[in-house]
This record gives sequence, structure tokens and C-alpha cells, in this order.
Amino acid sequence: MSLPGLQRIRERIAILAVAMIGASALVGCAPTQSSFHAKDITGVLPRLEFQLTSGSGRNLTAADLRGKTTLLYFGYTQCPDACPMTLTYISAALKQLGAEADRVRVLFVSVDPQRDTPEVLKRYVTSFGPQVIGLTGSDAQLTTVTRRYRVAYRRDPPNSDGDYAVYHSSAVFVFDGQGRARLLATPSSANDGLAEDLRALIGPSHS
Amino acid sequence: MLSWMLPWEASPTIIALCAACLILYARGLNTAELPASTRSGWRRVSFWLGIGLIYVALQTRFDYLAQHMFWIHRLQHLVLHHIGPMLICLAAPWAVIAAGLPRGWRAPANKLVHSRAVRGAYFCLQQPVVAFVLFTGLIAFWLWPSIHFRAMLSLREYECMNWSMAADGLLFWWLMLDPRSKQEGARMGFGPRIFVVLLAMGPQLAIGAYLSLHRGTLYDVYAVCGRLWPIAPVTDQEIGGLITWIPASMMSVVVGLILWQRWMRNDDRIHRSLVRSELPAGATVGADPVARPVS
Repeated sequence: MSLPGLQRIRERIAILAVAMIGASALVGCAPTQSSFHAKDITGVLPRLEFQLTSGSGRNLTAADLRGKTTLLYFGYTQCPDACPMTLTYISAALKQLGAEADRVRVLFVSVDPQRDTPEVLKRYVTSFGPQVIGLTGSDAQLTTVTRRYRVAYRRDPPNSDGDYAVYHSSAVFVFDGQGRARLLATPSSANDGLAEDLRALIGPSHS
Repeated sequence: MLSWMLPWEASPTIIALCAACLILYARGLNTAELPASTRSGWRRVSFWLGIGLIYVALQTRFDYLAQHMFWIHRLQHLVLHHIGPMLICLAAPWAVIAAGLPRGWRAPANKLVHSRAVRGAYFCLQQPVVAFVLFTGLIAFWLWPSIHFRAMLSLREYECMNWSMAADGLLFWWLMLDPRSKQEGARMGFGPRIFVVLLAMGPQLAIGAYLSLHRGTLYDVYAVCGRLWPIAPVTDQEIGGLITWIPASMMSVVVGLILWQRWMRNDDRIHRSLVRSELPAGATVGADPVARPVS
């Protein structure tokens, strides 16, 4: 075979190789089927980690939650709709779990620390169940944790009455007992199958 | 104000790379060994602006806005995939950057650039069909709803997305904007380049139009992770679609015009040299340099 012909074949093979690498990258990125109701985010978000102050005034870290399936949600107590709705869904799911709900913790992180003092937070979260923990921190601490989970929050400047709106995410992140991010539930999916998802993550009971 | 200039998620790689480009370019400008045209004022401005825009898009608080508003994300990609690389390629800075390398680094850098692996990969990526598919395909790939969702959540995939856009932008716009003609060593002739750059408008127009005219929300990740200020998701998507559609297509038209002008000028030059070569020795080209030689 002539040399230019060989060269041409080599070029074709190289191009084919590039195309195949591209195609396999596409397939590799395609989401896999998951048996959960909520969105499977295993390996997408980092492990549970935070530095915040709980409603009882003490510092809480992820180490304190080892072995517990943990839900993480950002909001504020004066939230008129999204927060109470989401927390109601979550507490309904916890009721469905019965005794197993003890192996679940719900972190309600307030992004409005000026108004949500530890006492206010504590009073607010107890109405949603004993597993719900109110947390907050300085703006620097909140920025660190929201950046880690790629969510945004913002407070408007206060009006003449001192009132202001707070914008926050609607995601409920679910971490397994080892602290790995596993599921992302949204208010629309939280009422549907959340208990089942949590039961699957908790695994068989040891008792 | 200062906090707006600081990176939202600092990437040492991007900071180092931008700084290295700027330092090498500045050093290269001070060496006398290059022809003056490679250092002209507009080329410098184009280069600084290109690097500056990419840096601002990735390593300031702008990145935070881009993570939480779809249309700002589209603006970020317009800078990373179009405006930034285009400005850098218009400056054709490679010779200046190479001249800015410390003497000891030149031989290894030269060896690396001319190694079989690098040249082979470059050859394949710059195959016109491959380059076209990559350029338009990457836009579609990262906008695929399920892939976009993961990319906006996973830091690794987010960085991978932005890197791939900037790298592909440089490859594609260099393929288009190489100042040399094909005879002088460019990969494609001016005519085919105009064809490819105008053809690239098609898929971008289709994607942009789909985004801005689609009734439902395609990207719920922004609602899930929180938008920065209240805006209807569909409006956010609509503006994002328009940014993907109009400025991106305009870029193709502008580059098409630049290429057309270069093509004409190049033909002119070839023509002149032809005229000169057919004149008797010692004669100079007259008042009408484009006069056709008598055939």
C-alpha cells in the first residue's frame, strides 16, 4: 500500500478513536436508574460536614450525627410557605417510620440568624418532631456550608418596619449513616415516598 | 466591593494559568526578536481583555451568580466559549508567549508541543468535522437537563464543564481565526472557515430558540438550589435562551466578516506577488498593483 494511503487510514482511525472516547464519555455521564423516589445524588455532593450552633446553644458537627440518616434543609422560621410546608412533609414521613424515626435526624439550618436566635429556633423546630434540630451560625459559617452544598441564600435589606424577605433553596439533602450525600428531595417529591426512601437508607434495623 | 473581586471557589490552577499567560506574554512583548505586527496595540488589548474576561467569569463573585441564575450561567459560557477565546485568538499570541518563556524552558516546551502525542491529538481535534461537532455538541451536552443538573451540583463536574468550554473555545476559534492562509500553514482555507463558522450558527440558534420558546422549566436545579432574586423560572430560561441564540450567532457573523476581509486581502497579496513575478527583472509594480497580467 502506498504511504499516503496508510497515512490516511491512520488519520481515520485516530478520528474514530476521538469520536469513541467522546461517545463513551456521554454514556458515562448518563444518569443511572435509581430505585429511590427522590433524586439519587450519590457521589455528586460532598460528605456531610458543617460547623453550626444548635437550638440548645451548643456547637454541633457531622461527627455527632454518625450512624444517623440525616436530612439537611435551609430556611428561616418566619418563612410563610416553603419551610413549614417542607418540614410538615418531613415530619409526616418520620411519623410513618414509627420507631425507626429515631435513626433519622433533620437539620433545619436557618439562614436568618439575626431573627432566629437559638431559643426561637428551638421553639420552632420542636413542633415538627423530636428528630428535628434547629441550627444556625454566623454569615461566614452559613456561607461555608451553603457553598459546600451549592445552594444560595440572600436577605433583602429591611423595610421601615424592619421586615425583610429571605431567599433560600428548596432542596432537602439526605445523607446516609456514614455521612455520604445520597438523595435530593424537593417539596414536591418529599411527600411522596420519602418515608420509603428513608427506610431504604436506614437499612435493616439492628434491634 | 473587594469581596466581589475575590473568587467564590478559588481554583489555584486557573489563577496560576491566567497569571502565567499574562507574565509570559508581557515578557514576550519585551523581547526584540518578534516582528512588530505581532505586538501591535490592538492585539495586546485583545489578549489582555480575553484573559481578563475569562478570569472574571471564573474567579470572582460572578461565578456565584452564574451558579444560581440560569441566564447568568449562559452569559458565563458566552464568555468562556465565545468572547474570551475569540479575543485571545484574534491576538494570535502564541509567538509572543513562546518568546516570553525563559531560555531554559524553550527546548522542552518545543519538544512537548511537537511531540507525536500532542500533535496527533491536536490534529484529530482540529479536523473540521470533529471541531464543528465538538463546538456545537458541547453546548448541547452541558445543556442536556439531567447532565446540567449534575454539573450544577457537583463541583468536579462543574469545573469540568467550564474547562471544557474554555478549551474547546480556544481550539475552535483558533481553527477559524489563524491569521495564516492555508498555503502558509493554517489548517483550513478561508472559504471553508466561513462556511463552518456560519454553519455553527444553526445548532446554536436551534438550542437558543428551544430554550427561550419552551413553556415548561427544563432546569429545576436553579429552583432547588435557590435563585438569587425572584424571577419566574420560565423568564430566566427565556433570557438564557436569548443569550445562547443572539450574541452567539452574532459572533459567528462577526468572525465570518473578519475571515472574508482576510480572504480578500490574502488574494490581493497573492495577486500582487504574481504580478511582480511576471514583470521583467528590475521593474517595480506600477500605480495599479492589481492590474491583471496579460494572459
